[in-house]
Amino acid sequence: MAKAERIEINKKWCKGCEICVELCPTNALEMVDFKVAVKDLEKCIACMQCELRCPDFAIVVYKKEKE
Amino acid sequence: MAYDYAKYLRPGKLPHIWCAGCTYGIVLKSMIRAIDSLNYDKNDVVVTSGIGCCSRLPGYVDFNTLHTTHGRSIAFATGVKVANPKLKVIALGGDGDMTAIGGNHFIHACRRNIDITVFVFNNNIYGMTGAQYSPTTPKGAWATTAPYGMTENNFDITSLAIGAGASFVARTTAYHATHCEKMIKEALEHKGLSVVEIINACPTGFGRKNKFKTPTSMLLWMKDSAVNVEKAKNMSPEELAGKFTIGVLHKEEKPEYLETYDATVGLKK
Ligand SMILES: Cc1ncc(C[n+]2csc(CCOP(=O)(O)OP(=O)(O)O)c2C)c(N)n1
Ligand code: SF4
Ligand code: SF4
Ligand code: SF4
Repeated sequence: MAKAERIEINKKWCKGCEICVELCPTNALEMVDFKVAVKDLEKCIACMQCELRCPDFAIVVYKKEKE
Repeated sequence: MAYDYAKYLRPGKLPHIWCAGCTYGIVLKSMIRAIDSLNYDKNDVVVTSGIGCCSRLPGYVDFNTLHTTHGRSIAFATGVKVANPKLKVIALGGDGDMTAIGGNHFIHACRRNIDITVFVFNNNIYGMTGAQYSPTTPKGAWATTAPYGMTENNFDITSLAIGAGASFVARTTAYHATHCEKMIKEALEHKGLSVVEIINACPTGFGRKNKFKTPTSMLLWMKDSAVNVEKAKNMSPEELAGKFTIGVLHKEEKPEYLETYDATVGLKK
């Protein structure tokens, strides 16, 4: 399973629509004060669903290079 | 590796004006990836729009852009293309912009088969002005101007385009962001008038009052309702009830308007 090295969130641009949180297949994201936050990076499988469907350019997933 | 959109975005313009959960931002990203994959020179790309929420899109992208008047995206695009046929001209607009006030420009551009790429952002409503019904509002749906439910029949944009003579017609959705990118790319590569109907969600104007509690539920409606056009060929009308097809619905080679024009008036041997 692919893993993420880090997930970058631009809190200034995030509008809190929750699309990324609700589409994440592994429940790796959560809402904190109406903005998205990483709940558990270990759970992330780097499927890129959140990044692909964020309408606000606010979440970017950096995949871990294969060891 | 994460895709870097910055090269195509005008600095300092984001965040965009669209509401939380408006799917136009997803399509903007698909559009940028599609144009990038074709390696066009940014200076050769022109994007025109009319008036409406989606018509604010050109303001965010670093191409030659024209934000025009309501319904006139294609009219301005036609002028640009006639003046300089080497340019890649994209005309976009909402369902209201393209099929209500701009409906005549839409059908006549299809009829002429001029080499312009048209994107109709169909969210089934007039988003910008407060959820009045448009020609694509489904029968029975709520709109501020249809408080008891829409009573009129609605347009199928792709059938309208095919009937009017467009030589490339496709449908996709904001949910299918990668498919959307592919349809946009194919439309741009096609010579002649191409139309891509892009199903979008307006959670603020349409969703809230039509039993979609969240933006995600509207995206999941697209996921559940869209059927690939090839798969649909083997499905019965019963199986297709309540669904719509996505993919390339029509593609033909036929004379392009400007080529015919030049040949007819003797500009080209
Ligand atoms: C000549 C004219 N008539 C009416 C309007 C008001 N108006 C602004 S946007 C709009 C409709 C927008 O709906 P649509 O084209 O579907 O785009 P959306 O906002 O949903 O993206 C209308 C009627 C206008 N700006 N100009
Ligand atoms: S999809 Fe984008 S804008 Fe919406 S909550 Fe997630 S990061 Fe924020
Ligand atoms: S990349 Fe996939 S698994 Fe990781 S946070 Fe985004 S949606 Fe969830
Ligand atoms: S009103 Fe609707 S179409 Fe306009 S930005 Fe908001 S969600 Fe998008």
